[in-house]
Amino acid sequence: MDAALPASRDYSLVGRDSQRAVETGLAAAEWYHTDVPRKAMKELMKREDGPAIRDTAIWLGSMVVLAGLGILLWGTVWCIPVFLAYGVLYGSASDSRWHECGHGTAFKTRWMNDAVYQIACFMIMRNPVTWRWSHARHHTDTVIVGRDPEIAVMRPPDLVRLILNVFGILDVWHAVADMLRNAAGFVSAGEKSFIPAQEQHKAVRFARIWLAIYAVVIALAVYTGSLLPLMLVGLPRLYGAWHHVLTGLLQHGGLADNVIDHRLNSRTVLMNPVSRFIYWNMNYHVEHHMFPMVPYHALPRLHAMIRHDLPAPNPSILDGYREMIPAFLRQLRNEDYYLRRELPLTAKPYREEFHGEDARAAAE
Amino acid sequence: MSDWIEACTADAIDEEDVMRFDHEGRTFAIYRSPDDEFFATDGLCTHEHIHLADGLVMDDIIECPKHNGRFNYKTGQAKGAPVCVNLKTYPVKVEAGKVLIQLAS
Repeated sequence: MDAALPASRDYSLVGRDSQRAVETGLAAAEWYHTDVPRKAMKELMKREDGPAIRDTAIWLGSMVVLAGLGILLWGTVWCIPVFLAYGVLYGSASDSRWHECGHGTAFKTRWMNDAVYQIACFMIMRNPVTWRWSHARHHTDTVIVGRDPEIAVMRPPDLVRLILNVFGILDVWHAVADMLRNAAGFVSAGEKSFIPAQEQHKAVRFARIWLAIYAVVIALAVYTGSLLPLMLVGLPRLYGAWHHVLTGLLQHGGLADNVIDHRLNSRTVLMNPVSRFIYWNMNYHVEHHMFPMVPYHALPRLHAMIRHDLPAPNPSILDGYREMIPAFLRQLRNEDYYLRRELPLTAKPYREEFHGEDARAAAE
Repeated sequence: MSDWIEACTADAIDEEDVMRFDHEGRTFAIYRSPDDEFFATDGLCTHEHIHLADGLVMDDIIECPKHNGRFNYKTGQAKGAPVCVNLKTYPVKVEAGKVLIQLAS
């Protein structure tokens, strides 16, 4: 497959590689799934309110407490650790809440999913309409060049962009530009490629609501002559983004593109419990992509059930970066290079007709 | 004129579950509700080409396994993004322990 690829990838959603993915059957393809008995899968997919209510109470409750402390300690050096913690809950934990509630799997009760989805979307600065549809496409065409709108690291990797985004700088820049554009009533060609026509006006409506909220916060900051309102709303998306970038890059970074087996293009990483709370178990990323219906709290059980068919997980975040960063550096010289995930002997082999000799050669 | 086709036996589907049924090149989903009633819809999600029979039945909702799109399987109504187009439903009856689906009229 790689042999037929042009030297440079075109990531535009309406460009050459998008068209090519449709023509070659990579778009909306049938993906590999590990066999799981129906009864077991039903148990795993079962919805509950309890775990997400508990986690949301901890999440939002901690934010309220930290915000109160931050206000009390504002102007002293002691507010720094408080805002660092608040920022991670605002600018990173919101990423996983946006994600899980977008799937509708966090809570059993629909309105709870929707309410947390809206709160998290606002914090992470992702339009709740646009990003619902972009994420649907991400699951249909995971890391298919020209089709997936959520490829975090394109090839060759833009390392400056990655570093800036540790502090959310480019993401927020684009998010603000998109919000202003949508609020003015404009939906881009790329957005139109994955948002159905009847949904596009909703993206505009949310952008206008958000713009009004930010206008109030900025006005409050100007009126009080203090940065404090923005430290609580808006800026934490910058100073608290690092954890969701740290974990998010591991999802697909350095792995194969243009394949239809999540074992090849996604990474499961075992993590400490604090990161797993912030990340809501999305470290089980192969499992999540293979079975998006399984709620975050059931992913460890799913992992135990199917790990015989998956590449070995990375044992830590550090281990993941130890393989990913050298892969990024090699992709600067050879963008076809990727890390090929080795399967255990108990696993069903990859479908080599979709990722054959040439792709393997690029991985070596 | 109508055609009642045998899809499966009633005990082949658990309560609050769904089963795939293929017939003459078409695919359907047969549901058994928590109230022990049977229903049938087209088998593929209207959003993308995904078999609903791999999804999750919750009360009168079927949730697509790929993007979590939701339909009321009794009426076929799409319940919101990412599904916008309703599912086609089919009459169903149970006779002598067999689930019959009416495919044409």
